[in-house]
Amino acid sequence: MQPLLKVENLGKQYRVRRSPGATDHFAPLEGVSISIDPQTTLALVGESGSGKSTLALCIACLEPPTSGCIFFQGIDVAVLDQNQLRLLRPQIQLVFQDPASSLNPRWTALDIISEPFLVQRRFTKPDRAVRALQLLDRVALPRKLAGRRAGELSGGQKQRLAIARALALEPKLIIFDEALSALDCSVQAQIANLLVELQSSLGLTYLFITHDLAMAAHLADHVAVMQRGRIVESGPARKILSSPSHDATRSLLAATPLLFESSREPVNF
Amino acid sequence: MAPFLQVKNLHVSYSARTGEVCPALAGVNFSLNPGEILGVLGESGSGKSTLASALVRLLPANGKIEKGSVHFEGRNLLEASAHDLRKIRGGRIGLIFQEPTSSLHPTLQVGRQVSDVLAAHKSLDRLALQQKTSHLLASVFPADAERISRSYPHELSGGQRQRVLIAQATACSPSLIIADEPTASLDPTTQQEIVQLFCALRQNLGLAMILITHNPALLAGLADRILVLYAGRVAEIGPASRVLASPQHPYTAALLRCLPSHFADDEAPRKSQLNVIPGDAPDLSLEEAGCRFEPRCTERMEVCSLNEPTAVASSELHEVSCFKFAG
Repeated sequence: MQPLLKVENLGKQYRVRRSPGATDHFAPLEGVSISIDPQTTLALVGESGSGKSTLALCIACLEPPTSGCIFFQGIDVAVLDQNQLRLLRPQIQLVFQDPASSLNPRWTALDIISEPFLVQRRFTKPDRAVRALQLLDRVALPRKLAGRRAGELSGGQKQRLAIARALALEPKLIIFDEALSALDCSVQAQIANLLVELQSSLGLTYLFITHDLAMAAHLADHVAVMQRGRIVESGPARKILSSPSHDATRSLLAATPLLFESSREPVNF
Repeated sequence: MAPFLQVKNLHVSYSARTGEVCPALAGVNFSLNPGEILGVLGESGSGKSTLASALVRLLPANGKIEKGSVHFEGRNLLEASAHDLRKIRGGRIGLIFQEPTSSLHPTLQVGRQVSDVLAAHKSLDRLALQQKTSHLLASVFPADAERISRSYPHELSGGQRQRVLIAQATACSPSLIIADEPTASLDPTTQQEIVQLFCALRQNLGLAMILITHNPALLAGLADRILVLYAGRVAEIGPASRVLASPQHPYTAALLRCLPSHFADDEAPRKSQLNVIPGDAPDLSLEEAGCRFEPRCTERMEVCSLNEPTAVASSELHEVSCFKFAG
């Protein structure tokens, strides 16, 4: 089976100006390779600053990589021109951590979900509204919220709205960048259930970026662990999390608080 | 031993611009012993941050303490003068808030910001101030306190900023620290380091702590007791191990069931549906009779929609506000 997304040896460098005339290079990604099969979930885990979000931006064609290739459905995205990218981008959608800052608080729910149609010049005006309402149903938001402004919704409702917006253009791949981290645990569970349900009913592929290993284990088929811009370990979720072989994975596992563990030994600083 | 913090029947409400009054805390009771860590567990809107602010009277302008008392080290903070309060905040009670970036001054070196706390509360000469500051920073940054002291907040990572806040909060050797979501924005490795630092502080300085969080797992192994807030009311308070292992209140039980279960477990079904709490968080601006959790509760009884439950001891040291345990 051809993977939906294949990233080969991807590198990204930023130039940092230390002082006039002196530039330094900062490499958030070095030789990253991942692949995701259709209709599966890859969880990308790692400490903050390990390059997870930079990788997400490169995959979504929002940041050009410095080296390496990204193949989406077998097509090298680097060779595409602006028009072809415009056709590709709807296939890859992003959902971010904090819905309060990724949704315009003054726009109504309906405006927010219809915007992708406007940007991509799809459908007529009445059609857009009908489809937007169907999307609300899809993410189990009551239709009566359609006229509410985003700022008036609760955190869980906002995240559902962000997911509905991501679904609008019928993408193949959705990238969730810490999309559950800011939510309360009962709301987290509701959204996680929604993601599982959408994946099986719409045949979606997920790249799930998180530092919550318990959630990664619950949602993912495969796990890739990042550290300082490199993938240090990857494989089937169960195997990685039950018998980790790299120190970075082990320290992430050790740092995950568990509900029922014997009391921790305090450490003296 | 008399509790050194005793909160009785605390009621706090916010008034909206429309004139509506929304009760955020309704009759909160709890006490804290010296050196004890109390975890306050609650979801957004449950009133946990309101509780933190109300204890030291730092509520926003539209917030009002309707009634109740907060006795701390022998005096009622709700009757204390502004002058006394200024001495208590930062002096006897250290405060740590959620967002370390917005709690620090962006254009002052962090060493200066720690010494400012000392200068505000103690009369020390310059040399003593310097020594005390470097000592404090060394207690949270064993390796490179010197360099950190000269850094500006933007040059530090989230975990380092949180450590600076901890240095500030402990500067005047308080007896109580109130920490509101101190680790919410940190990754798990850093979170773990901060948790260990809290453990060390308690052990070395004998600090009592009120640790407010929405993450039940954070409290395991750290808190001595856990208070569960729901809709501004104490649903349950008891020893941490017992609240987490055998929660008595239906809300606590439902909340803990929402967490994805033990991932080392090979048998655990993946991509299955997680348990959820049906329904939405209650609208506190509506006056309703009965238990606030009743509409979402799976164990509701007839009495639940008529009367509001009061706290009942389900076992020693463990109190639950639920009719399951009444009479």
